[in-house]
Amino acid sequence: MDALLLARMQFAFTIGFHFLFPAMTLGTALIILISETLYLVKKDDTYRRITDFLARLLGLIFVVGAATGIVMEFSFGTNWSQYSRAVGDIFGPILAAEGVIAFFLESVFIGVLIFGRNRVSPIVYWVAALLVFIGGHLSAFWIVVANSWMQTPAGYEINAVGKIMLTSFSAAVFNPSTVARFLHTVLATWVVSAVMVCGIAGYYVRKGQHGETARTMLKLGIILFAITPLLQLGAAHGHAIQVINTQPVKAAAMEGHFHTTRGANIYVVGFVDEANEKTYGIYIPKGLSFLYNFDFNSEIKGLKEAPKENWPPVNLVFQSYHIMVALGMIFIALGLLGAWLLWTGKLYTAKWYLMGLPFLIPLPHLAHETGWITAEVGRQPWIIYGLMKTAAGASVVVSAGELIFSLLMFSAVYLLLFVIFVLLFVKIVKQGPATS
Amino acid sequence: MENIQNFQILWFVLIFILFTVYALLDGFDLGIAILLPFLGGTKEEKDTLIASIGPVWDGNEVWLITGGGALFAAFPHAYATAFSGFYLAMMLVLLALIFRAVSMEFRANDPARAGLWEKALIGGSALAALLFGVALGNVIYGVPLTGQMEYAGSFFTLLRPVPLLFGLTGLAAVCLQGACWAVMKTEGALQERSFKAVKKLLWINAITAVIYFLVLVVTFPRLSSNILFYVAVWLTYAGLIALYYSLGRKNDTAPFAESSLSFIGLFLAAGALQFPNLITASNNPQFSLTIYNSSTGLYTLQVMAVIALIGMPVVIGYTVFVYRLFKGKARTDNHY
Repeated sequence: MDALLLARMQFAFTIGFHFLFPAMTLGTALIILISETLYLVKKDDTYRRITDFLARLLGLIFVVGAATGIVMEFSFGTNWSQYSRAVGDIFGPILAAEGVIAFFLESVFIGVLIFGRNRVSPIVYWVAALLVFIGGHLSAFWIVVANSWMQTPAGYEINAVGKIMLTSFSAAVFNPSTVARFLHTVLATWVVSAVMVCGIAGYYVRKGQHGETARTMLKLGIILFAITPLLQLGAAHGHAIQVINTQPVKAAAMEGHFHTTRGANIYVVGFVDEANEKTYGIYIPKGLSFLYNFDFNSEIKGLKEAPKENWPPVNLVFQSYHIMVALGMIFIALGLLGAWLLWTGKLYTAKWYLMGLPFLIPLPHLAHETGWITAEVGRQPWIIYGLMKTAAGASVVVSAGELIFSLLMFSAVYLLLFVIFVLLFVKIVKQGPATS
Repeated sequence: MENIQNFQILWFVLIFILFTVYALLDGFDLGIAILLPFLGGTKEEKDTLIASIGPVWDGNEVWLITGGGALFAAFPHAYATAFSGFYLAMMLVLLALIFRAVSMEFRANDPARAGLWEKALIGGSALAALLFGVALGNVIYGVPLTGQMEYAGSFFTLLRPVPLLFGLTGLAAVCLQGACWAVMKTEGALQERSFKAVKKLLWINAITAVIYFLVLVVTFPRLSSNILFYVAVWLTYAGLIALYYSLGRKNDTAPFAESSLSFIGLFLAAGALQFPNLITASNNPQFSLTIYNSSTGLYTLQVMAVIALIGMPVVIGYTVFVYRLFKGKARTDNHY
């Protein structure tokens, strides 16, 4: 197997695995902040028990995220050294800013959140919860900035010797896809944790465990589960419009749309026959054009606008995107159903609903992973969209043999981490919140 | 454009500071972990030792992450050459860092396999501490490079005697940091044992430092005319001598500062020798990566300087605040 493919497999695997953990961290930090705020306002110990329980889970989640995150920072140098040389001017400061402005804040105060309950006043503890929330989200912001710059580069020029030079830091940071991607990504992480908390609390309520604490946790979870997928619908729409405008080839691949047309269809499910350049499936006529600007006859660019060597793997992008969208619709329906049960006072006795909740926990992860595959595979064959090919970014001195070694190492270590993480996560859940 | 040189020098100094502070802070985390089987007699004692680093180690590791980010942003060629060139060694560093990070949390939540996670913590910490020194030793001692700034050696090139000496010197210094931290954070029999460990490590460090400084000045005679080298030697031995007297008085807070001082001396000698090189080419001095041929543009260096000079004082401020929250003897009353 050639080194480039191995390097891509390793990056996809290590970042796909890493992404599971920050996705849980951000939303959990949000729920902790809400719960701790309610504790401060209402002086009700129920909320303190919820915070302490979630802080324990957060400790486990955060440490696996941090351990697998450092791999990502190394990987640009180890596996993508030519890319690193080319974009040091822009990509480097973004990663450095992430450290200085965000990750320090999150990492320093998470120590207070996990170890400080008996050492600090409730106000200081609340401030720590707030700063972990802010630090985590700032961290996500800078990582999204780095990714967005690879999708829609801005604020640079190419100098006389062909080197990419930064000309405007603010233009690079707020490039055309940063804001849309940030909202979409953060909301995805909130859905992840809303569903996680619903799954855990739903299990307790159905089993009759942890009384008021479990019911309050479920209520918090269901409210977020009802709101966040709806907000996500708006953010997702904004992001899709931005992709159509700034990365038309990727947008066309997402819908298997080959020919530029007015009145483009949108598929519910389907299959792309890449060889014959045809897409089959169930579709809503003119749906894509309508969603683009609420005009059934607006023009949507097709894949044929670009030479075929600049297309991503179309069917993979199409399927990933459609799985994500379908899951998003399911979350909206199930979240609203939960809210209705809560509103009508049936939530805590609706066994059929409570029984299903724990099984939903992996699904938002599947949604954000498929969303990420859509974004990153959809960017191919470019490492920087329209500017630098992925093949030109790989390290030149790393051999296929070395890559096989490292890929096997990460596969074995991450499998171990995953198994232990799940076992301990389940164990902490079974121990549950403190009873006093 | 001459003003870009000022920023290149500034960034050499800032990255030097980031890595030095990382070594001092994560040094005691790694040191505590490495010394766990020697200091901790009972499970409770081991719990206390781990509790002494539990709330702070993850913040300490961010100094490494930020140092790496700053290297990428200021000198991307050095970052790209070293990380891709030392590929297998970097994979071992990652393996070590992953296990030392997760093993503390896993140990706390998984009593059935606590012994296994302790071994992972000790092994990961020792390997990381050793490899950091070996890596630094290689970029200073020199590695074969091509005219295209690519590494031309193999994994075994990295294991030559001088870089390994850097590794052992660093490992000894990290252990001393850990033992001095233990003296500050523990009481009773555990503290007594920590005092004894500091005493042994003090002599080991005195010896490794002599060898380190001698090898440096013999290998690189130009150091003998560098004033910073003498300052470095003085700092290291001033730290170690002061530590000797603190031990006599059973002072439990001064040793950590004194150990840190001696560690700073080791770094200062390395930094003074290396400037303005980032990765020295052993085959042809023309191929060396320096702060002048490896940096990003002036504007990037300026933007980064603004971020660092505003951001880092804030970081230092809240880091000090959190250390003060957890000051005093380590307690195991919650979580770990």
